[in-house]
Amino acid sequence: MIKVENLSKRYAGHTAIKDLSFEVERGEIVGFLGPNGAGKSTTMKILSCFMPATGGRASVAGYDVFTQALEVRQHLGYMPENVPLYTEMRVNEYLEHRAALKGLGGKKLKMRVGEVKELTSLNDVQRKIIGTLSKGYRQRVGLADALVGEPDLLILDEPTIGLDPNQIRQVRDLIKNLGQKHTILLSTHILPEVEMTCSRVIILHKGRIEASDTPQNLLSQLRAVGNIRLEANTGADTGLEQLQKVPGIKEVTLDGGANGAEGVPAAVNGNGKAAESALPDADGYRTFNLRVEAGADPRAELFRLAVERKWTLRELARRRATLEDVFVEITHAE
Amino acid sequence: MRKFLILLEREMKSYFYSPIAYVVLCFFLVLTGFNAYTMISALNRGPTDITLVEAFFNNAIFWFAFIPLIPLLTMRLYSEEFKLGTIETLTTAPVNDWQVVASKFAGALLFYVVLWTPTVLYFVIFKYVTKEHAGQALGAFGGSYLLLLLMGAFYLSLGCLASVVTSNQIIAAIIALVLVVVFFFTGLLGYILGTASQGFRDFISYFSTIDHMRSFTRGLIDTRPIVFYLTMIGFFQVLTFQIFQFRKWKS
Ligand SMILES: Nc1ncnc2c1ncn2[C@@H]1O[C@H](COP(=O)(O)OP(=O)(O)OP(=O)(O)O)[C@@H](O)[C@H]1O
Ligand SMILES: [Mg+2]
Repeated sequence: MIKVENLSKRYAGHTAIKDLSFEVERGEIVGFLGPNGAGKSTTMKILSCFMPATGGRASVAGYDVFTQALEVRQHLGYMPENVPLYTEMRVNEYLEHRAALKGLGGKKLKMRVGEVKELTSLNDVQRKIIGTLSKGYRQRVGLADALVGEPDLLILDEPTIGLDPNQIRQVRDLIKNLGQKHTILLSTHILPEVEMTCSRVIILHKGRIEASDTPQNLLSQLRAVGNIRLEANTGADTGLEQLQKVPGIKEVTLDGGANGAEGVPAAVNGNGKAAESALPDADGYRTFNLRVEAGADPRAELFRLAVERKWTLRELARRRATLEDVFVEITHAE
Repeated sequence: MRKFLILLEREMKSYFYSPIAYVVLCFFLVLTGFNAYTMISALNRGPTDITLVEAFFNNAIFWFAFIPLIPLLTMRLYSEEFKLGTIETLTTAPVNDWQVVASKFAGALLFYVVLWTPTVLYFVIFKYVTKEHAGQALGAFGGSYLLLLLMGAFYLSLGCLASVVTSNQIIAAIIALVLVVVFFFTGLLGYILGTASQGFRDFISYFSTIDHMRSFTRGLIDTRPIVFYLTMIGFFQVLTFQIFQFRKWKS
């Protein structure tokens, strides 16, 4: 459905994507991941024929995006990031306008607009002016617009940003269902979402593809790496120095400490140095997150260290690797 | 063509959705009404050989209504699409860029026509009440409105150009006003530079909207200004199209 070969895009003096090559088969749901500025939106804008690339080739549904833009657009529903809409129009009117632009007419148009309003739960607000809608509803209008032309391919740039949890779940199910008939390329920063909906993940970093596989495969490659959670009363030590010396440990981060934001590492994107200032909680315990090298299991070593330094251990557990770990592992600036 | 009409419909709707449109409409009606009223009063003062059509289209009030109208009608056209980002949804729908450009120009022109239409009534009423001809002949009457249309189309295409270069409506309006004024006053150079060579003055006369209006309202329908305006409209629309694509690619 999508075929991309050596695609590059340079903005004045700045390269947004370099030599991208990937393919998306009919019926796949592909998740585009990557840190801010990785080039996700840029790639999507090129695929939707909004702007040309500066190098390479891309085709959608067999049509070249540069030379056969009109044919490509006929097969495509695109939702840009930030969901631009005509704010002075009413929801119904906007969707009907868009449906007409996409070649629908008469009874079919009315029917289709009714269908997408149903799918995106827009019936309550159909007579409202778009400018007065909340962000989540605007998001749904954008989604309805992308769907209204019954496209073969959907390109959705961050479709669930700004939705409430119920809606996120609904949109997720919607995307899964749509995946039976349509091919979908979506970008997101919500990683569990990708695990749940996508059949394949492409991780972009600094304009290059760093990984492209099913979520399951990416996780299994990483199983050896993983994380260890350690909760200990380290007494006078901060514990960081000693832990860092344990063989097989790549990085140590401290959890929130006294104010105890559990599970939120103090320095996820840091340069390897945890916040030294994190204080132990009321009972004197600190929670450490340890990133472990592939293949290593230093848990026994950690236990010996604790005994040796007379630390009291309250928890020593291996955490199941998530896509977030894959993401951090791949895109972590060393 | 169908896509063009769908786009045009939206352009027209968006004029009537904005409160500014109604303000412009009122202001415009008051101004042209006042213009017709003063001219009729002036003609009443004594025998004269000019007609109402001539008087109406060749005075300061007329130009005062015409010039600010252009930026008001065109400032929004492209600037708002770039600002809101709707340029992305618009141009990734299955439409050609030239359909977009043409529909925006046609939308502005259509609204312009809507604004001027009531003024036809002044002349009709005048004729009905006074049993006098408003113009010298139907030719002068038709010629005046033909030129009004062409002139409007030309200046509106300058406005389109101004709107496509910036995402800020106010800046678009200012650029449009400057362009309109520059072209308008280039036509007056012929009067100021009385000593200039004949060739130069002939060249300048192409730009002289005021002169064109004067001859057309007398019923002298010259093809040169018609060709000039049509060429310029084409030129500025192509330029607008090019800049439109360029900006889209840069964003
Ligand atoms: N119009 C532009 N001019 C210059 N540089 C740009 C332009 N648009 C994007 N870029 C640059 O291109 C790079 C990729 O941007 P892009 O919007 O594709 O990132 P992204 O992966 O979508 O990020 P995010 O997750 O924040 O949406 C960034 O470094 C950005 O600064
Ligand atoms: Mg983006």
